Amino acid sequence: MADTLWTRRGSAILLAGGMALSLFGASVARAEETIKVGILHSLSGTMAISETTLKDAMLMLIAEQNAKGGVLGKKLEAVVVDPASNWPLFAEKARELISKNKVSAVFGCWTSVSRKSVLPVFKELDSILFYPVQYEGEESERNVFYTGAAPNQQAIPAVDYLMKEEGIERWVLEGTDYVYPRTTNKILEAYLKAKGVAPEDISINYTPFGQSDWQTRVASIKAFGSAGKKTAVVSTINGDANVPFYKELSNQGLKATDIPVVAFSVGEEELAGIDTKPLLGHLAAWNYFMSIDTPENKTFIDQWHAFTKNPKRVTNDPMEAHYIGFNMWVKAVEKAGSVEPDKVIAALPGIEQKNLTGGTAKMLPNHHITKPVFIGEIKDGGQFDVVYRTEEPIPGEAWSKQLEGSKDLEADWVKLNCGNYNTKTKKCGGA
Amino acid sequence: MHRLLALLLLCLTLTGAALAQAPADGAYGKLAAGSYSDIEAGVAELVTSGDPRAGTVIAALVDGRLYARAADKALLIRTGETYVDARTGQAAEGATDGLKALRLNNKVRRAVDAAQGQLNLLSPDPTKRREAADAVFKARDATALPAVEAAIARESDAGIKRTLSEARAAAILAKPTSPESDRLAAITTIQTRADGDAMAILRSLANDPSEAVKTASAKGIAAIETRLAIIGGVQNVWYGISLGSVLLLAAIGLAITFGVMGVINMAHGEMVMLGAYTTYLVQEVFRAQAPAWFDWSVAVSIPAAFLVAGAVGVAIERGIIRFLYGRPLETLLATFGVSLILQQTVRSIFGPTNREVGVPGFMTGAVDVFGLSITWGRLWIVGFSFALFLFLLFVLRKTSFGLKTRAVTQNRRMAAAMGIRTPWVDAMTFGLGSGIAGIAGVALSQIDNVSPNLGQGYIIDSFLVVVFGGVGSLWGTLVAALTLGVANKLAEPYLGAVLAKIALLIFIILFIQKRPRGLFALKGRAVES
Repeated sequence: MADTLWTRRGSAILLAGGMALSLFGASVARAEETIKVGILHSLSGTMAISETTLKDAMLMLIAEQNAKGGVLGKKLEAVVVDPASNWPLFAEKARELISKNKVSAVFGCWTSVSRKSVLPVFKELDSILFYPVQYEGEESERNVFYTGAAPNQQAIPAVDYLMKEEGIERWVLEGTDYVYPRTTNKILEAYLKAKGVAPEDISINYTPFGQSDWQTRVASIKAFGSAGKKTAVVSTINGDANVPFYKELSNQGLKATDIPVVAFSVGEEELAGIDTKPLLGHLAAWNYFMSIDTPENKTFIDQWHAFTKNPKRVTNDPMEAHYIGFNMWVKAVEKAGSVEPDKVIAALPGIEQKNLTGGTAKMLPNHHITKPVFIGEIKDGGQFDVVYRTEEPIPGEAWSKQLEGSKDLEADWVKLNCGNYNTKTKKCGGA
Repeated sequence: MHRLLALLLLCLTLTGAALAQAPADGAYGKLAAGSYSDIEAGVAELVTSGDPRAGTVIAALVDGRLYARAADKALLIRTGETYVDARTGQAAEGATDGLKALRLNNKVRRAVDAAQGQLNLLSPDPTKRREAADAVFKARDATALPAVEAAIARESDAGIKRTLSEARAAAILAKPTSPESDRLAAITTIQTRADGDAMAILRSLANDPSEAVKTASAKGIAAIETRLAIIGGVQNVWYGISLGSVLLLAAIGLAITFGVMGVINMAHGEMVMLGAYTTYLVQEVFRAQAPAWFDWSVAVSIPAAFLVAGAVGVAIERGIIRFLYGRPLETLLATFGVSLILQQTVRSIFGPTNREVGVPGFMTGAVDVFGLSITWGRLWIVGFSFALFLFLLFVLRKTSFGLKTRAVTQNRRMAAAMGIRTPWVDAMTFGLGSGIAGIAGVALSQIDNVSPNLGQGYIIDSFLVVVFGGVGSLWGTLVAALTLGVANKLAEPYLGAVLAKIALLIFIILFIQKRPRGLFALKGRAVES
C-alpha cells in the first residue's frame, strides 16, 4: 500500500519535473534575444542581512534599464543565484553563471574572502565582475571593477577629519578579526605614525566575528581614553557585532563628545536595528548617505520605495556603488557595441557616470573609480547628518602608499596592461 | 586659542562693566558666521558675556531651531511657524526664506555642554545643578571659574558642592596663570575623585612648568592607578559573571534536551531565536496598542516565548526526533536540517535584517558602586538567569512531572511498567527544554541582534557548557557557565578577545581528555550502560 503511494507520488514528481524542464527549455529559447546579467549575492546565511538588499537593488536597476529600452536594443535578463554565505560556493555559482547561464557580466560579492574565492573563475572564463563594497585595497584585476571605496577613499579622509576638526591625538583601532580590518588598520597605523602619532597613543584590537559581549572592550577603551589626550575609536567592526557594541557604549555612558567612534562598516541598514538616540554624534565615513539632498538621490530613493513597496526601506553606500557600476557597464556596452567581455573591459576605463550625491564618478585605468568622501554623524531615526565632505572626488588607489610592500606598485590596465607594475624595478608582477 | 580669546574677553568684561554688551555682539556675529569653529567660539563667548538671552539661544541651537539669514547674518529662533530675533526676543523682521539652520558637530556639542553647564549652575533644580557641575568639570574651562565660585558659595547640597569644588579645581589647573599653591590644592581635590576623568586631568599636567605640580600630579596618578587596578580586577570578575549568566541562559534549555534526554539538538539555538522574535512581536503589539505600558512588554514576552518555543519543540519531537531515539548521528543531522529550515522561515517572514527590540526603561543606564560601573541591563540578566535556573531545578526535583522525567531518562522500561506514558513525557520534556530556550531568547534579545542568525552564535557555546559541566547535571551547567564566563573575561585583557576564546577551547579539550564526563559526572548504572 505504502509502496504504491510512493510510486504514485514519485511519478507525480517526475511529471512535474518534466514540465519544469520543458518550461525551462522554452525560457532558454526565448532568452536568445536578451542580454543576461548575473547577480551573485548571498540570500541566506550570515551575509544575507547585507547582500539581499543589493540583489533587490540590482533587480530594480535592471527593470529600470529595460523600461528605458534595454541595451543595444535587447532586453536585460537578471539571473539570480544564492551562494548562501558559503565562500567555496561563491566560486561554483560564479562558474555556473558564466558557463551555464552565459551571463555577460556579474554584479556581486560582499566579503573580501568571497571576492578572492571567485577571482580565479573570472580570470579563467574571462568575464566581468563588479564589486560594490568598500574594501582593503591591495588588489587590481583585469576582470574586476571595484566600485566601492579603497582605503584612501574612506579610512584616511575620516582620520584626517578627526585629527583636524576634533583634535584627536590618541587612537583606538577596533576591528573584527579578518582581512579587511587588519589591512585597513595596518594602513592607518602607518599613516598615523607618519603624521607624528606616538606608538603608545595607538591601540589596536581585534574581536571575533559576531562578538556580542563588549563589556571588557568598552571598559578598556574608556581607560585608554583617560590619558589626558583627546581619544577617538576607529571602528572596522563588521556588521552584526556593531549593534551590541553601540548598545554597550551607551550603557556605559560613553558619549560622542567624550570619545567619538568613526565606523567604516556601519550604514543606514545596520542602524535599523538600534535606538540611535544615545549614539548622537558618533560618526561614519562613506561615499554616499541616504540623507544627502540632491535631485538624483531623491529620484533613486523614490524608485527604491516604489520597487520594494515599502516606504521605510533605506538606501546605502553599496547600493549606490551598484548604481554607478551598472550604469557604467551599460555605457561601456553601448560604446563597445557588444557585450563581449574583452571589448567591454577595454571600453570601461574613462567612462563617466553621475553620482547620486552630486559630482561625477570616473572609471580609472586601475579599475577603481573616483568618489567623493562624506563624514556623517548619526542622528535620530537611524540617518546620518553630513558634517564634512571632500571638495574634489578622490581617485581610488589600488595599492596603498602607506604600506612597505605596495607603495611602489601601480595598476594600469590601459597603458601597462598590468595590475601590479613595480615602478622601481620597472617590471610587471603578473598574477 | 578660542579659550584664550574668551579669557581675554572675560578680563575685559570684569574690568569694564560698560563693555559688557559688546562681546555678546561678537558672539552673535560668530554664531552667524556658520563654520563649526566659529559656532564653537560663539557659544563660549555668549556664555561669558553674561547676555541674559544666552540660555534661550543655546537651547534653540541644541534643538536645531536657531537659523542664520544669509543676507544680513541675522540670527532667528523658530518656534512653530514664527520666528523671533535671537538677540532681542522680538518678532523677527524681514524675509524668512533663505534661512539656514545652525548645525552641530561634536566640537560644538562639547562647547554647548560646557555652556549649558555654566548657565545651569544656579538652577533651582538640584538634578540640573548636578548635571551642570559635571559638565563644567568635564569642560575644564578656565573661564568658568567665576561662575563656579559663585555657585559654590550658594550651594547647599554636599554632593553637588563636592562636584563643584572638583570643577573649580579642574578650572584652576586649566588656567596657566593660577598660583602654584592653588594648583597643588587643586591636584589634591582632583585626586580624591579617583576615576578615569581625574586621571585624564592629572596626566595632562605632565608637562607643567612647575616641578612641585609635576611631582604632586605623578603621585596622584600613582594613587589613582592602584585604586583603578583593584577596581579593574573586580570589574573583570563582574563581567565574567555577566558573560557566565548569558552562557547559562543559552545552555540551560540544552541541559534538558541534551543533558537529561540525550538528544543532540542542533536546533536549540533556533529556539532561542524564536523566543527573541516573539519578544519583538509582543513589543510591536505593545507599541501599537499600549505604548504607555511598554516597559511591561518584556514581562509579557516571557510566557509568550515559552509557549511559542515550547510548542515548536513539541512539534519537532513528535514529528522527527521520536523516530530517531538511539540514533545520535541521524538526530544530529535531522535537527541541523530543522535549524536551517527554521532560520530560513524566519528570514522569509521577517526579512534578513535585524529587528529592533526596545529596551525597557528599568534596564538602561548604569549604576556606580564604589567606582565600579554596573549596567542595569546586565544586572537584570544575571538575576533572571539565576531565577530561571532555580525554577528549572524546582520543576525537575519537586514536581510530579519532574519525577516522571527523571524516571523515564533513568530507566525507560521500568518507568513504562509503572504506568508512565513515556512518549508523552518525552514530548513534554523536550517542550520544556525548548520553552526554556525561548525564555532565554527574551533576555538575549536585550543584548544581542535579533536576526535569523541569533541562535547560531550560541549553539557551540551551549554544547561546550553542557559537556564541560557534565551531561545530565544541572548544577554542573551552572558551575560550568560561570567558570567559562569568568575565565574568559579574566583572560581577555591579557590575551585579547580572539586568543582568550581559543585558549578556553584548548583548555576544555584537555579537560575533557582528563575527565570525559565533565565537572559533575553522574554516577550509577544508567550512565555505565
